[in-house]
Amino acid sequence: MMQSKSTEITVGMFVAAGIAALFVLAMKVSNFAEFNDEAGYQVTAEFENIGGLKVRSPVTMAGVRVGRVSDISLSSETYNAVVTLSLYSSFDMIPNDTAASIYTAGLLGEQYIGLEAGAEDEFFQDGDVIDLTQPALVLEQVIGQFLFSKAEGDE
Amino acid sequence: MIETIRSLGRWGLGSFERLGRGHLFLFQILAGIPSIVLRLSLLVHQLFSVGVLSVFLILISGLFVGMVLGLQGYNTLVDFGAEESLGVLVSLSLVRELGPVVSALLFAGRAGSALTAEIGLMKSTEQLSGMEMMAVDPIHRVIAPRFLAGLISMPLLAALFSAVGIFGGFLVGHGLLGVDDGAFWSQMQVKTDWYDDVLNGVIKSIVFGFVVTWIALFEGYDATPTSEGVGRATTRTVVHSAFAILGLDFILTALMFGEG
Repeated sequence: MMQSKSTEITVGMFVAAGIAALFVLAMKVSNFAEFNDEAGYQVTAEFENIGGLKVRSPVTMAGVRVGRVSDISLSSETYNAVVTLSLYSSFDMIPNDTAASIYTAGLLGEQYIGLEAGAEDEFFQDGDVIDLTQPALVLEQVIGQFLFSKAEGDE
Repeated sequence: MIETIRSLGRWGLGSFERLGRGHLFLFQILAGIPSIVLRLSLLVHQLFSVGVLSVFLILISGLFVGMVLGLQGYNTLVDFGAEESLGVLVSLSLVRELGPVVSALLFAGRAGSALTAEIGLMKSTEQLSGMEMMAVDPIHRVIAPRFLAGLISMPLLAALFSAVGIFGGFLVGHGLLGVDDGAFWSQMQVKTDWYDDVLNGVIKSIVFGFVVTWIALFEGYDATPTSEGVGRATTRTVVHSAFAILGLDFILTALMFGEG
């Protein structure tokens, strides 16, 4: 009887430790905690070119993560990329003339959307559209323009 | 000449027969699982010998694998000035691959071989036939609880392995090599997805637990009832489990992460 009791206790501890490890993986290692903040609001923005932006890329404001990209599609009228941003509900004080630009984290890093706050008193609501956007910098285009301007300058 | 062809045929028929027996055995186990609810103490006892006794091995191995990943990953990443990504490298390699695979290999060596030897010895000392004589189904009484215990233990052990490994990577990365701990954890959290990475790893470990326990129990149940036969069955358990784990890992990885 004693034997089976201590067996049961150690098995209980084992199962608890395994579940605790899964919990650590969920909360500390993965982005599981973010899903609670999912109940935010969505705004869309049209970009000429989104470069290497992906769904789930971060959206930041002054370097602080305020949301993530939830959908990317192509507009059939303007042939621009339509990016849907999910912003966390705790950041509900973003002026509605805020500008969105696509930046790259580090030289080879992933691309993210940076928001620069505007000056309006009205804030973004669910379903609003960001009018001021700046496309991603495509390295080949920049080099092409540089070479072009250099060739012009030589003449 | 004819003799060679005949032995080839015999070998082929024998292999297929074994494969068929293995699957019938699996169906019998699955049919026996509901009856465990009535004998939960059997399951607890098996969870102890299959799961708890493997914990120490898993924890130590996980810690060292994580520490080695931290060292090796740092040496590569520092060339690109990306040592802040060490956390991502450690967490993704552990959660997606090394956690499920290495812990399954260790599990096959530690618990699988013990299961085969135990069942094989039960068979060779005619304990299983004895049970049948008393109208106790050995599949229900002996095999099914062990199978369920393996199936439950494996994902828990893999989760422990990954968690301890990430901690080991953090110890080396932050403590020894001086990677910023904020960047280590925050980059890890940004890049490691709960569904795509962690849950797929858990699914992998459940599949490995299923296959390893099945192979171990079948090898024991099907062993030639001699001491040599039990020894060979134990070896086969470890070898076949390793093949099955690594082969299935490729297939599962291709299904889960193949489309990038």
